Amino acid sequence: MPLNTEPILLNLGPHHPSTHGVFRLRLIMDGEIIEDAEPVMGYMHRGSEKLAEERTYTQIITLTDRLDWLSGMSNNLAYVRTVEKLSDVEVPERAQYIRVISVELMRIASHCMALGFLINDLGAFATPLMYMFREREKILDLLEMLCGARITFSYMRIGGISHDLPEEFLPALRDFVDQMPKHIDEYDELLTKNEIIQTRAKGQGLLSAQNAVDFGVTGPNLRASGVKWDLRKSDPYEVYDRFEFDIPVGDHGDNYDRYWVRLQEMRESLKIISQAMEQIPGGLTRANVPFFVHPPAGEAYSHIEAPKGHLGFYIVSDGTISPWRCKIRSPSFINLGALASMIIGSKLADVVVTFGSLDTILGEVDR
Amino acid sequence: MTSFYGLGALKGLIVTLRYLFRKPFTVEYPDEKLVPNPRFRGNSFVWYEDRCTGNGACAKACPLGIIRIVTHPTSRPDIGNLYAIDRFDIDTGRCMFCALCIEACPYDAVFMGNDFERATKTRDGLVIHKEDLVTGAKLPTQQFRPQLEAMEYKGEEELDQHEAGRWSL
Repeated sequence: MPLNTEPILLNLGPHHPSTHGVFRLRLIMDGEIIEDAEPVMGYMHRGSEKLAEERTYTQIITLTDRLDWLSGMSNNLAYVRTVEKLSDVEVPERAQYIRVISVELMRIASHCMALGFLINDLGAFATPLMYMFREREKILDLLEMLCGARITFSYMRIGGISHDLPEEFLPALRDFVDQMPKHIDEYDELLTKNEIIQTRAKGQGLLSAQNAVDFGVTGPNLRASGVKWDLRKSDPYEVYDRFEFDIPVGDHGDNYDRYWVRLQEMRESLKIISQAMEQIPGGLTRANVPFFVHPPAGEAYSHIEAPKGHLGFYIVSDGTISPWRCKIRSPSFINLGALASMIIGSKLADVVVTFGSLDTILGEVDR
Repeated sequence: MTSFYGLGALKGLIVTLRYLFRKPFTVEYPDEKLVPNPRFRGNSFVWYEDRCTGNGACAKACPLGIIRIVTHPTSRPDIGNLYAIDRFDIDTGRCMFCALCIEACPYDAVFMGNDFERATKTRDGLVIHKEDLVTGAKLPTQQFRPQLEAMEYKGEEELDQHEAGRWSL
């Protein structure tokens, strides 16, 4: 005789160790199987968009650091590019190269954390995470050399960057670029062939290419589903069209592919950094832009390939020193839309892994 | 795939085993301290009263409005007319150390300090008052101060207002 049971409602979070921030997932469970899922966001809402309306254009740079706290440089870049587009500022070439170097370093650091926490969620308690923290630490040291801060950089400025490279930066970066492939090989050796990871992650959290495009998923999550789409190639900004690099693409769009794509992207970022180091020209690092920028009235949208996906800023200016509206198209928020379709039908233990593999930062989701 | 189950995990264990024989990457913090970079944006500020004109550029540049300046007009025999600074309070409890105030200061009066151990028991303890800034250690960092970079100043010894600024009164 079959047991007649009611589906139960389970709250995953708001405080769950696997979430980067505060995130709640309402799950309707049938035993251990997920029947329905609803992400509930807003616990970390800090009103960045509203705060931006009463700050000057330069001051907003400090707000963008806090959107996705693992990749402050990318957020800075996306924002200042929009203001530059709005006010027609030509950025000196040296500044563009330094921007690319810092953003790619940031991408490696962000992917290190994404992989580390994904593996942590899979149950490899802290060992791979600590290895990846170590490499991130080296990157943060490099970025500290540039701008003096480790998380909230505020390094980019409208029309360039705040500081030129210090003398000791390029040799230190060369050392890092030489060492890092060995560490990535080490992660590869430690994790990629590991049977536990393969059985836990392969075939779980499937996101088909069609679904990914329909949900507007971008970044490594989209590429893991097999769609070769990267703004660095398809809509090159800064000086990305001068570098040779590949776009790693997954086959199935499962958790394992999302892990693998991020690991390969770290290698590609290193390629870009080493090419940028060789090509970097001399000259100014900042265009002649006043501290209080007055863009002409109008609107602009600009996006970049942040570590999590397309990060876009839409700014409406009324000609004063602060924007009339500043809308942030954050990749984590849009990627999270696909989460429910990926976890329905899977087991509760895999929800955490799927969520980790999406690499969501809640500061960016709630803004 | 590997030929038999468990080989991949075993290979991974060899990687972790190798770390047993390596020097650790971490340092034991209170006993051993890492030296911050010369541009480090620390948790403190360095301020030179004689360089400050009370123009409030730093307060205007601050995204949070946490710098409070009160001045009154006066004159001094050696300089002439000037604004004397009555209050110069920075509420570091709300500060995010973005160094926009440092960038805005046209007279090199305010610098980032490289102190990062400023824990207090009260919120009021985090407010840096003018008296604290006057008596505090004058160890500026190179943040937005290219002249210190040119001097290769690394924050070892204290600088007076003539050494730290780009030009002197």
